[in-house]
Amino acid sequence: MTSKLFLFTPGLVVLSAITGFALSNSNQWSEAELATLQSLSLSELEPLAVDPTNAAADDTRAAALGEKLFFDARLSANGAVARATCHQRDKAFRDSIPLGRGVGKTAKRTMPIAATARAPFLFWDGRKDSQWAQALGPLESAVEHGGTRAQYAHAIADHYRTEYESVFEPLPDLSAVPSSAGPAGNEAAVAAWTRLSNVQRIAVTRVFVNIGKAIAAYERRIEFGPSRFDQYVAAVTSGQPGHGILSGEEIAGLRLFIGRANCTQCHNGPLFTNNEFHNTGVPPRPGMPTDDGRLSGATAVLHDEFSCRSQWSDSRERCPELEFLVSRDHALNRAYKVPSLRNVAERAPYMDAGQVATLAAVLDHYNRAPAAAAGHSELWPLGLKARDLHQIEAFLRTLNGPIVVNGHNSTEAVR
Amino acid sequence: MTNTKHTNRLQLGSGIVVFLLAATMVSAADHRNLAATMMFRGSSGAKKPAASEFGLGPRISASGRYVATLAAERQLRPRQMQTVRVTVIDGSGQPVDGATLTINGGMPQHGHGLPTRPRVTRSLGGGTYEIEGVRFNMGGWWEFKIAVSFEGDTDIVTFNLGL
Repeated sequence: MTSKLFLFTPGLVVLSAITGFALSNSNQWSEAELATLQSLSLSELEPLAVDPTNAAADDTRAAALGEKLFFDARLSANGAVARATCHQRDKAFRDSIPLGRGVGKTAKRTMPIAATARAPFLFWDGRKDSQWAQALGPLESAVEHGGTRAQYAHAIADHYRTEYESVFEPLPDLSAVPSSAGPAGNEAAVAAWTRLSNVQRIAVTRVFVNIGKAIAAYERRIEFGPSRFDQYVAAVTSGQPGHGILSGEEIAGLRLFIGRANCTQCHNGPLFTNNEFHNTGVPPRPGMPTDDGRLSGATAVLHDEFSCRSQWSDSRERCPELEFLVSRDHALNRAYKVPSLRNVAERAPYMDAGQVATLAAVLDHYNRAPAAAAGHSELWPLGLKARDLHQIEAFLRTLNGPIVVNGHNSTEAVR
Repeated sequence: MTNTKHTNRLQLGSGIVVFLLAATMVSAADHRNLAATMMFRGSSGAKKPAASEFGLGPRISASGRYVATLAAERQLRPRQMQTVRVTVIDGSGQPVDGATLTINGGMPQHGHGLPTRPRVTRSLGGGTYEIEGVRFNMGGWWEFKIAVSFEGDTDIVTFNLGL
């Protein structure tokens, strides 16, 4: 009888190991895993820091003006393109197409807006260092809004004079400024810009900058709301099982996400991004010119006309992001911004130029880890099975949540 | 009795089979981990040091010239731009002022460096220097290396930090 028990022991050990594994796949998390889960919860998000470069950032009147400007198509070359054309409120401020379309077709996928006030750098290559500086780029892009800064200054004077002057300063006399002039416009607009006096150029640019600052005051109020994942973390970190919040499949995907799949190497913190730039070997979009991503973006932001260090910043003294920036490093070649994974399942297509159509295809890319077209991919093959990938995808869908504007669900937001 | 023996043999057999199966599974998992480690680009099989090797110091430099101790305003956290102070003393316990400090580091197991270029922005005297622009972009084991150049010699102090 004794020998019988002894002989059974290995079988029992294996059995209990299997049982333990099954339990751990439902809701048994180690202390370290619980700490990781907590670090990903939206409840860990710190209060939004002040933007010292934008004195109007937390001015509600500036935000109200910015919201109107966000939806105003008069701020474009053809009167048909607003910021909301690509960043559509009913689509969580995105456009769901591979390449953004303004007055023309851009070379990049439209980026989400939610929580970008918390990002040190904006655009896929991080060539801007604030929301307001970012907002100015598309306004002067030939394929996005396509207009000129003189045109926009006139639009403010014609339609928003009172609101503008209540937030910023009296508008300059624009009577001698042509209706279209700017350093980045077509040949006629650039010629008109060079004919302006330095004083006129500064006056026009100041209005243009304040448009960006008002839009940023609105956009910094756009945040992510809690998802099912956040509910689950709140439950399991307070000792509850979390049953019924996430399925077994989703929990298994979460376990892979924070474990073997190494996703949290880049997608960490409550926004599921480390805000850095990485080459993950994503191939360029066929037929599009290739670019070197952060390698150029890092240099561009250092020399940007509207950077933290520029004369247009309300705090030029301290710009730590620029002061300690890594630039001219080969690791930046074809490195792109790590996007937040919140609401990622609603955001197809994927990658910087919408090259990858589905979430499943994105996961397949990370699992295969192909070599980069240029530079060096930081990925390595994960060796995950189809079922693993399916579970991770199921988990990613639990990150869907509302987009919140001023504390209200964006689809219910009062205009 | 014969029947019992037979049953015991069967149980022994099935026990061994299950045991071998489990051993194979463990071995396969090890192999997979090893394969994953080998495929880490630039990892060169870096092994995480013992817990006693972690922390803010004091740490002795590679050639034993200096002892350095880090101090952080608050607990070091991922994704935040932070400022730290380091105090450097020589073998006789005297503070080392006027040295040039160069900061480097990264995640040995992931093959990447620091995401920013931290540097000394102030010398506070008493061998203490302020280092600004420190950021770690994920949790885990980070190396934070301070090369101390003083009177023509350079020696490196390596801190292992667990974020």
